[in-house]
Amino acid sequence: MYNFEFSKPGTIDEAVAALGADEAQALGGGQTLLPTMKQRLAAPEVLVSLTGIDQMKGICLSDAGEVCIGGATTHATVAAEAAAHYPALAALAGRIGDPAVRNRGTIGGSLANNDPSACYPAAALGSGATIITNTREIAADDYFQGMFATALDEGEIITEVRFPVPEAANYQKFVQPASRFALVGVFVAKYADGVRVAVTGASSDGVFRWTEAEEVLNGSFTKDAIDALSPPSGDMIADLHGSAEYRAHLVKVMTGRAVAAAS
Amino acid sequence: MTQVTMTVNGKTVSGDVEGRTLLAEFLREGLKMTGTHIGCDTSQCGACVVHMNGEAVKSCSVLALDAEGAEVKTIEGMANPDGSLSTIQQAFQDHHGLQCGFCTPGMVMSAAALLKDNPKPTEREIREYLEGNICRCTGYHNIVKAIMAASGQDVGAIAAE
Repeated sequence: MYNFEFSKPGTIDEAVAALGADEAQALGGGQTLLPTMKQRLAAPEVLVSLTGIDQMKGICLSDAGEVCIGGATTHATVAAEAAAHYPALAALAGRIGDPAVRNRGTIGGSLANNDPSACYPAAALGSGATIITNTREIAADDYFQGMFATALDEGEIITEVRFPVPEAANYQKFVQPASRFALVGVFVAKYADGVRVAVTGASSDGVFRWTEAEEVLNGSFTKDAIDALSPPSGDMIADLHGSAEYRAHLVKVMTGRAVAAAS
Repeated sequence: MTQVTMTVNGKTVSGDVEGRTLLAEFLREGLKMTGTHIGCDTSQCGACVVHMNGEAVKSCSVLALDAEGAEVKTIEGMANPDGSLSTIQQAFQDHHGLQCGFCTPGMVMSAAALLKDNPKPTEREIREYLEGNICRCTGYHNIVKAIMAASGQDVGAIAAE
């Protein structure tokens, strides 16, 4: 990895100022960015660690009943502390990577990176979450803009993510066994105003909503309703782990399982 | 170079590091504590697992400067004060939980982190917890057995050696 200047500010304002430097990049838990830098796929000149900002850590319940998670909160903390408020979200966080990775990796880091096979984008899009940054609030539907692409501007930091709590939800991940990323992952959440189905791992465009499934589930929230559907069309990823057809099929299977398990 | 200070196995240590210096490199090359191994260097294998502020982390994926002020515990800090093996280490020896030994420091540190939070894990919980620790010798059975034994549980039902 190429060398860089390191800073670890204690407040969001200091972090924003530090990120104003040329070729500066924010560092969450480093579980993706550091391996990427080792491969020289990224070479920031300044790295600004966000893990020293206490105001960006922790979980709380808003007056509106949303689960609010600080951007620098680790997956392990979400798995442990969101369980009482939003079990499907906590379960998703508890199956990212492995225990040591979960002790470092953060929700803000994952969402800012928007890996097409990451789990958190499915939860955020499937829950209609709001991404809060140092400057604005972004609806999940506007936030995800394709593989590794988001609505974030240069130097913008995810300070918090707010999840409305659904009546029922479940996440089903078909694990790619070497990386433990989702070969296909489907997050299903049933809200009073409708069902949302978000799919990760499958599409070349990154996380997406499977609207055909949402429509039938709005009529009947059952696995049978999914069984009657054709697999989603669209630009599915094809690689040595699975063909496009295989992934599309998995989307349907995992959606059915998520609906059956939703609680 | 920037000076970094942290506590390693109860002792305050300092050293000059670059921005890119990994915690694993600082331990091994800066402090000459080579018990922490670097296997894959991509946070897959878990040979570099240490405890940072009480939590298991992969020290090849933590910057040394990000550990400023942290309490770090490595395999060198696992033995009892009189030098005898800790319960977990002794169980690895008793149940042949290692062959080449390369993954063992990480396995022991992960096992200690697991038992801290979950003193009587099931076999399944142990296997799940070790997802991020790869062993290419043992086939895991004896590692799982050692951790079961270290937690004071009967190991009779675990798969044969």
